[in-house]
Amino acid sequence: MPGKHSVWRRALRHPSFVAGGAMVLLLVLCAVLSQFWSPYPVGDIDIPNKLASPSAAHWLGTDSLGRDIGALLWVGSQNSLLVGFIAVGIGLGVGVPLGLLASARRGWVEEVIMRVSDFTFAFPALLLAIMLTAIYGPGLVVSIVAIGIFNIPVFARISRGAANAVWSRDFTAAARSAGQGPLAITWVHVLPNIASVLIVQATIQFAIAILAEAALSYLGLGTQPPQPSWGRMLNEAQSQMFQAPMLAVYPGAAIALAVLGLNLLGDGLRDVLDPRWARQR
Amino acid sequence: MPLFVLRRLLSFILTLLATSVVVFAVLELLPGNAAQVVLGETATAESIAAMEDKLGLNQPASTRYLNWMFGMLQGQTGLSISYDTPTAQLMAERMQVTLPLAVMAMGLTVALALALGIYAASQQNKVGDVGVMTLSQLGLAVPNFWLAILLILLFAVHLEWVSAGGFPGWSEDDGGGVVEAFKALVLPAIALAAVQTAILTRVTRSAVLDTLREDFVRTARAKGLSRRQVLWAHVLRNAMIPVLTVMGLQFGNLITSAIVIENVFVLPGIGRLIFQAIANRDLIVVRDVVMLLAALVILINFCIDVLYAWIDPRLKVDHAG
Amino acid sequence: MTDMPKPSPLLQVTDLRVTLPTARGWAQALRGVSLRMERGQTIGLIGESGCGKSLTALALMGLLPERAQVSGSVVLQGQELVGMPEPQLCRLRGARMAMIFQEPMTALNPLQPIWKQIAEPLRLHQHMGVSVAKARALQLLERVQLPRARERLEAYPHQLSGGQRQRVMISMALACSPDLLIADEPTTALDVTVQKEVLALIKQLVNEDGMGLLLISHDLGLMQDQVDRVMVMYGGSVVESSATPALFAHRAHPYTRGLFAARPRLGLARGTRLTTIPGSVPELMDMPAGCAFADRCEWAVADCHLTPPQAETIECRPASELTHTVTCPRWRLT
Repeated sequence: MPGKHSVWRRALRHPSFVAGGAMVLLLVLCAVLSQFWSPYPVGDIDIPNKLASPSAAHWLGTDSLGRDIGALLWVGSQNSLLVGFIAVGIGLGVGVPLGLLASARRGWVEEVIMRVSDFTFAFPALLLAIMLTAIYGPGLVVSIVAIGIFNIPVFARISRGAANAVWSRDFTAAARSAGQGPLAITWVHVLPNIASVLIVQATIQFAIAILAEAALSYLGLGTQPPQPSWGRMLNEAQSQMFQAPMLAVYPGAAIALAVLGLNLLGDGLRDVLDPRWARQR
Repeated sequence: MPLFVLRRLLSFILTLLATSVVVFAVLELLPGNAAQVVLGETATAESIAAMEDKLGLNQPASTRYLNWMFGMLQGQTGLSISYDTPTAQLMAERMQVTLPLAVMAMGLTVALALALGIYAASQQNKVGDVGVMTLSQLGLAVPNFWLAILLILLFAVHLEWVSAGGFPGWSEDDGGGVVEAFKALVLPAIALAAVQTAILTRVTRSAVLDTLREDFVRTARAKGLSRRQVLWAHVLRNAMIPVLTVMGLQFGNLITSAIVIENVFVLPGIGRLIFQAIANRDLIVVRDVVMLLAALVILINFCIDVLYAWIDPRLKVDHAG
Repeated sequence: MTDMPKPSPLLQVTDLRVTLPTARGWAQALRGVSLRMERGQTIGLIGESGCGKSLTALALMGLLPERAQVSGSVVLQGQELVGMPEPQLCRLRGARMAMIFQEPMTALNPLQPIWKQIAEPLRLHQHMGVSVAKARALQLLERVQLPRARERLEAYPHQLSGGQRQRVMISMALACSPDLLIADEPTTALDVTVQKEVLALIKQLVNEDGMGLLLISHDLGLMQDQVDRVMVMYGGSVVESSATPALFAHRAHPYTRGLFAARPRLGLARGTRLTTIPGSVPELMDMPAGCAFADRCEWAVADCHLTPPQAETIECRPASELTHTVTCPRWRLT
């Protein structure tokens, strides 16, 4: 395995990684800092000042209820980050063990797990999310869970595929003949070797989760007021399309930038962590 | 019928059945019972009892499931709670909007993505390739409903070339017409196609690049074919295999994205139907529409599977001979 | 006595050099390869992995990656191939010079029936119609002794065995009756029993058509029966070149001696250690200024590491096949 130093040096020279990393870092900073401070409290309704143009007081203007757009975007980042973390967390926490189990056990266990996850793929994810919100009512929790559930088969499939490749290599055969049990081998040998694949996929799924939550919020099925959400801001902006067209631009741009940053980061990570890059030295 | 088609058909039917069970079961696991969900918290005991009767909830689940399935197969579906019309009729009306929309979007996607992907692969690492890849990165990042709103802002609000939403209908009696209908579907189709094009372009490019690395490409060049001749005669068909897989997956994406896009443009399609059904807590409609959409997706994947085997002779053999 | 004018050779390669871009910079993969092949002559190119033998073949065919830099001269029947525009090269490839590769499974398009792949050069270079080309493909398959050729016309590559696929490759290469056939490790991926058959087939066809053959391999035993002349390559250049019987009788270059000594032989006493050449082939980027083999050579002196060795002629008779050259100044010691 390449030394830590060489990985970092390669990473810092890779344009996708740097650009994406910077954008993601910015997103995280926004989310963290907005917990402690915001230019305007988001609950503040200021009707007389509604739909104001950008000014010194309100850098991006105000919405139909007089709330500062900048503040809404700033705090809305928390929502996006939260969704991403939990949804991906569910996928990793449940999907990866399932995939590893399938790979270690093979036989009918693998068949069952893979069939079920294939079946879940056939079922459109957004549809599932909408159904669940129909039953349990709209809200942040339900939408996160719905998005998270769809991550499980994704990670199960990926980890099983990558684990299979590791199991078929010589050093695992050597470990097995030395008497190591499958659990130990999985922990010590398989996991570290599939870690890079999982990390890359996690950034991709994070971006997908943000987009999915934005869509649900746009439809009114996601985060409910007064918690700001970029997706819901787009919905509100649409009804003000003729009076204040710019309102539609900012939240969408925020979503796009967050997703772009994550995608670039994922691309960069994929190149940097790929052992073939290391071998070319 | 060839063996491989039979096997796929069997798998198709089984998946359909399994899906129907899941859809039915999910709606069974409701907090409280269906009647309560439909009527909401303010319902009285009598109205709940009446609704239970209407929904046939006093019958055991298995009976209801079988009634539902046989009904669907015969085209006689339940009545929508809010519209009081058979769901089949509702769905048929709405499909007149969604199906053409999906086809337009898919057609746009495939045409653009194949062209761009092949172009990018042939210009690997040169300016053309970098340009296409950058465009596709942007396409991936942009939420399709935001793009839709931006398109409306530009073409409807600012330029006034099309209306900002709504659907005039296919026949002129309703005040519509074929041309008008198409005009109403153009912007939605573009919004739907954008993301899918970005994805498919990347997949095409990488499939072509991978195929170009194969040994038989070198053999073809050794026979005297030029790079361009090799691309058309040998590479494209082979590269289509992974591309087809993604196209199949994308159809499912397209259908669900249509739910959002139809809401942006206020198109009376299936997406809007299911959305309104959820708002109205019309569980019958929700159940039937979800089943229909899932069945469509499974059908498309089945067709792609069969198409594979037609393209790749290795699959037809089925481990025999 | 006046010399008869020598007939112009089929192939004359002079100081062929190839530089490739690698992750660590430009590397000189071929360092001045020269050879001369007469009409109908068979030459074997032998060396271990990475010595540049396959690269030489690709350079001759003009199939190197786009960014590769080629210098030197390759003259095929009077035409200079280095620097020739691509469309012209395409007309020569498959028609006047053909190549068969090592892995017949991956070298054939899995989605096309074999008759189509054989007919392709015919349709391309000789503008044959489909049915004529298909009939000719059948004739070619029969010539390469593919059993049940008529039924197999419509077969796909995965339906044939390794040896059968290689026969298909050979028929593809011979379709337009080329003057030069390059065979890059044609039997390495095949079973031992099939190897003999395929090699015999190649030899027979080459003789019948009077083609020049460049046979590339890492297997010494193969060379003995197959080719008139052997060239030994190491580190991107030719270190020894001689008529086959002469080489097998007496080796001059230290590397060639090491190669021959390393062959496992029957009849050795039990417990005899196999001879190996100590050390390993240097990376392309790390080639020394002097002789590439100097680090592993038991006869090397200081100068060997510094000065690139020149080719010396051991014996020379008027007909070029019998010239024995070696690229080592100290060969007399071996």
